[in-house]
Amino acid sequence: MSFQSKNDNKEKAMATPSSLASVAANGRKPGTSTLGIGLEARGVHAWFGKHHALANVSLDFPAGTVTALIGPSGCGKSTFIRTLNRMHEFIPGAAMAGKVLLDGKDIYEPGTDVTKIRLKIGMVFQKPNPFPSMTIGENVLSGLKLAQLKNANKDDLMEECLVRAGLWNEVKDRLNAHGGSLSGGQQQRLCIARALAVNPQVLLMDEPCSALDPGSTLRIEETIKELSETMTIVIVTHNMQQAARVSDFTAFFLADGGPGEMIETAATSQIFSQPRDKRTENYVTGRFG
Amino acid sequence: MTQSYVIPKPSRPWRPSPREKGLNIGLLLASVVTSYALVALTEMKGKLAYFFVFFAALALFNMARGLITKDWMNGRDQFFSVIMLLGMTIVILPTASILYTVFDRGRKGLHAGLLTNDMALATPSDPITSGGLLHAIVGTFLLVAVALIVSLPIGILTALYLTEIKGRFTRPIRFLVQAMSGVPSIVAGLFILSSVVYTVTKSYSGLVGSLALTILMIPTIARTAEEVLNLIPNDLREAGVALGGTQWRTVAMVVIPAARSGLITALILGVARIVGETAPMLLLTGGGDAVNINPTQGAMGSLPFYIWKSFLLGTEESITRGWAGLLVLLVLVLSLFLMARFLGSRRTK
Ligand SMILES: Nc1ncnc2c1ncn2[C@@H]1O[C@H](COP(=O)(O)OP(=O)(O)O)[C@@H](O)[C@H]1O
Ligand SMILES: [Mg+2]
Repeated sequence: MSFQSKNDNKEKAMATPSSLASVAANGRKPGTSTLGIGLEARGVHAWFGKHHALANVSLDFPAGTVTALIGPSGCGKSTFIRTLNRMHEFIPGAAMAGKVLLDGKDIYEPGTDVTKIRLKIGMVFQKPNPFPSMTIGENVLSGLKLAQLKNANKDDLMEECLVRAGLWNEVKDRLNAHGGSLSGGQQQRLCIARALAVNPQVLLMDEPCSALDPGSTLRIEETIKELSETMTIVIVTHNMQQAARVSDFTAFFLADGGPGEMIETAATSQIFSQPRDKRTENYVTGRFG
Repeated sequence: MTQSYVIPKPSRPWRPSPREKGLNIGLLLASVVTSYALVALTEMKGKLAYFFVFFAALALFNMARGLITKDWMNGRDQFFSVIMLLGMTIVILPTASILYTVFDRGRKGLHAGLLTNDMALATPSDPITSGGLLHAIVGTFLLVAVALIVSLPIGILTALYLTEIKGRFTRPIRFLVQAMSGVPSIVAGLFILSSVVYTVTKSYSGLVGSLALTILMIPTIARTAEEVLNLIPNDLREAGVALGGTQWRTVAMVVIPAARSGLITALILGVARIVGETAPMLLLTGGGDAVNINPTQGAMGSLPFYIWKSFLLGTEESITRGWAGLLVLLVLVLSLFLMARFLGSRRTK
């Protein structure tokens, strides 16, 4: 019994974001006023070769909020979210237009250090992708090594990130096991912990729960809610209930023959109760898509 | 806990029944008998006749069984299974025969000093127990090591260019690598002879031999490494870049470690490709009889050269030496392939 209460204490201690380790890589402290202004997309278009995949999306992501992107498959949600941290340009033949402002500065401005942008705007992918050659612990800290950041207190940081991703209790005894030895849901939470270790200002999540069981999904939703106090979150989801549960704002995307567009954005409660656009209503009530 | 059923005996209904097994053996025996009978009664003669009549009879009998017990489709199926068995035997028999011959004849050339003496004070026609092939083993190891030091970085960098950078020259470079992997070893040897030995060094040495081996080794390493790197999912590269890594740090920290065991396989296949090469050794290394550990100077022995020289002399002793050399080389190559399979199939770490 005694060790259990010890654990409880520890978790409480970790939950307060004042520990040394949370003054991470780029010197910001989560939970303080360093949230910034947030992220703003201004007239974003995206192409794959000649294929115009996304047209004229303008959307604000105020600091400390959770925004859900919903819409049928192929409407450009992934394409859009990847323009937000400059992962779109990773695809050969890709092109874009428009601006993405982080704290008022365009991340596409010539001369911008793209690796710094991606440090500030982290990403969790649809399919869990822990690094196979690294242990669980190494996976969590891999961002520090990749970006060549210094951190004096690696063990504390590792523990804090795993606690915040809701994975600590499950892996604390096997930090030296391989990432691949975890279940799909645990792997995805490991990927979230990995993204948290470099202390991003914004976290982009592209259908993070689509490959997971309901239990893991709930854990990740709880994680998202806790994280939203210290960072700005954008999440793509196909699950209406999930959007309703975790997000403050919702944006509905649709590709109607042409390129994908953003049809409507509003407070989540409004999108689900009284959407302005007929097409949004049809989608959220399950009449198509 | 009440149990409402009786646990049945586990069975494997998909396995052949004893009756079918008996029939299989019967058909096998019938084919053997047929082959003996036909060879005795007709003009056909020799081992080859037994071999082919046996397989023809087995195929026909099995087809007949399929036709009778099932249908035409099954008969055809049975016929072709036997034909495939024939194909497999044709592939395996010569290989097994080569291995057997080398082990059988090489055995006679083995003696206590084989791996510890060189031929500095012996000639190949001396009694078997004098001299040895230490110089050849040392030479082969040095030649391969130098070739490896040059080829490994070049081969892997080429593969990285083809898979990670995917630059403008991807197609011509891939074409060049493929064409290079077809270069005959004597061409590589002549190329180094005319471009390096005649113009620069003006003498034989292990180093120039290694250079020729490098030409043969780079394409093998580059192609194998390219295939291995292509198997690494793109997700991992994206994850690395999304965490704020540059492309090169992502390649170094994520892609290469993930491909590690495959890259080791590429290395070993590269070594296995060159370790038995003879032509460049004849042209370039001078093939000394004494141990020489300096690749930049003097004649350097090697296993293929030792084998060639021993067979060339043609006395009984020297030929036995040649077989012993072959045995050592074969064991070396086989252990390399086994190592490649072992390391390649093992999960990383
Ligand atoms: N790598 C790619 N190459 C070419 N076209 C792509 C690529 N990825 C997505 N697309 C196209 O862009 C459009 C939007 O895709 P995506 O953003 O993945 O949609 P969603 O995430 O909303 O399902 C689709 O028409 C899709 O075919
Ligand atoms: Mg998508």
